[in-house]
Amino acid sequence: MDRKTLIYYFDLITVLTKKEIKVRYKNSALGYVWSIANPLMYAIIFYFVFKIVMKFNIKEYSLFLISGLFPWQWISNSITGGANSFIGNASLIKKVIFPRFFLPLAQVLNDAFHFIVSIPVIMVFLLFYHRVPSLNWFIYLPLMLIPTFLIAYGFSLLVASMNIFFRDFQYIIGLIMTLLFYLTPVFYDMSFVPKKYKNLVLINPFTPLITNWRELFMHNNLNFTNYALSILYSIIVLVIGFAVYKKLQVRFAEVI
Amino acid sequence: MSETAIEFNHVQKIYYLYTSIGFKELLLHPIKYRREKRKRALIAINDITFSVKKGEAFGLTGPNGSGKSTILGLIAGVLKPDRGTIKTNGRIAPLLELGAGFHPELTGRENIVLNSIILGMTKKEVEKKMDEIIEFSELGDFVDQPIRTYSSGMLARLGFSVAVHIDPEILLVDEILAVGDENFQKKCIDKMMSFKKNGVTIVFVSHSTDQVHKICDRVARLEKGKLLSIENA
Ligand SMILES: Nc1ncnc2c1ncn2[C@@H]1O[C@H](COP(=O)(O)OP(=O)(O)OP(=O)(O)O)[C@@H](O)[C@H]1O
Ligand SMILES: [Mg+2]
Repeated sequence: MDRKTLIYYFDLITVLTKKEIKVRYKNSALGYVWSIANPLMYAIIFYFVFKIVMKFNIKEYSLFLISGLFPWQWISNSITGGANSFIGNASLIKKVIFPRFFLPLAQVLNDAFHFIVSIPVIMVFLLFYHRVPSLNWFIYLPLMLIPTFLIAYGFSLLVASMNIFFRDFQYIIGLIMTLLFYLTPVFYDMSFVPKKYKNLVLINPFTPLITNWRELFMHNNLNFTNYALSILYSIIVLVIGFAVYKKLQVRFAEVI
Repeated sequence: MSETAIEFNHVQKIYYLYTSIGFKELLLHPIKYRREKRKRALIAINDITFSVKKGEAFGLTGPNGSGKSTILGLIAGVLKPDRGTIKTNGRIAPLLELGAGFHPELTGRENIVLNSIILGMTKKEVEKKMDEIIEFSELGDFVDQPIRTYSSGMLARLGFSVAVHIDPEILLVDEILAVGDENFQKKCIDKMMSFKKNGVTIVFVSHSTDQVHKICDRVARLEKGKLLSIENA
């Protein structure tokens, strides 16, 4: 790839991401508020239900919830929002030829950005529990961003492409994401899951990812088996996503 | 001088009507799905061969549904042929069509930036040309309004202005003049004439025989996806 192409790709990504922010939130300040309010709201609900009503025995449960909900929100927004990233840009797809895989990419980058700027909120909670982020973060955080980004992008490419051909797919995605949310240890711990069902939770590609985000936020550490697994999952998802995109994108303009 | 800008070689384009068959069918009855898909195929372009020289203005005429817009989509590269080959040579402007182009929620100005960058301009180049584009469009203060508030003529103005300012080598025009007022139509035709002089290739679709003959060097007549004739205008 030469310099000119790189500059083109860079400009394209910036202008598409900016557009994404503009179109979705009208302005970016409110977008920030939403990206924080939403997981916090869920944290409060789960805290009430599981800690206060059901009396779950997890230490520092609010921290536990938050450290899982924020990364989950990134993934989940990228996938459900990503589903519309081609359909929502129908006019561009129909009239101009350009690498269309940049459209869901812009969406995922936008969600990634919102996740990153919400990390200070997580830090505030940590401090509240007298925990201090260690220097490990400087290495582990970027390391974690990679598989999370790849898996979010892979899935959103996949669903965005399918969504053009099957409009009912959008509703199925919502359903699947809800299912996956409950199959991911976001508000419970892996150790709670009966042996019989452990595999069900473990083959979920988001499990090692969320578990590791929590490990990082709460214990300044990473589990390397889980890390390797999440890299593996994310690459598989990305490869599938791209294959489906490549096969379907030929007919995007006429079906959209 | 007689370089080829566009070359169609036995091109066929088939449309499948996917949307009538859902995801459920694909999962539950994959075989029936394939059969249905084949049954609902429509041959929009059938075995078409022609070439357009660099700097030539080529007209496409024919009744509604004869495949004119499909040919433009194929040239632009947004549609892919099912059979045959298409070769193009040079930077292609966005397809100029009726109806909402661009992104409805963005302002005219933002759409200009978005479109120009997608088409390969750098940010600096866009900034340099911005005033010129806005002036050509004569949109005035409307350029800072979201384009969902535009009339169809205003959309056409915006589309045409962007397309002609990205230094295209191939310009594809699909009936957009029809919604422009007289003043703007004249401006567009003048611009196309000057483009022609500068070696820009134009493919022009219109139902107005007058306009086609005024602008084009050669005119192709289509019917039901077949090329009936190509004549000198
Ligand atoms: N996206 C699409 N999906 C399915 N069929 C399509 C699609 N676009 C066009 N067609 C069909 O292909 C044929 C050719 O359409 P096309 O739009 O190329 O005609 P046209 O010559 O531009 O007509 P008009 O003068 O009305 O603009 C028509 O029968 C139309 O129904
Ligand atoms: Mg048409």
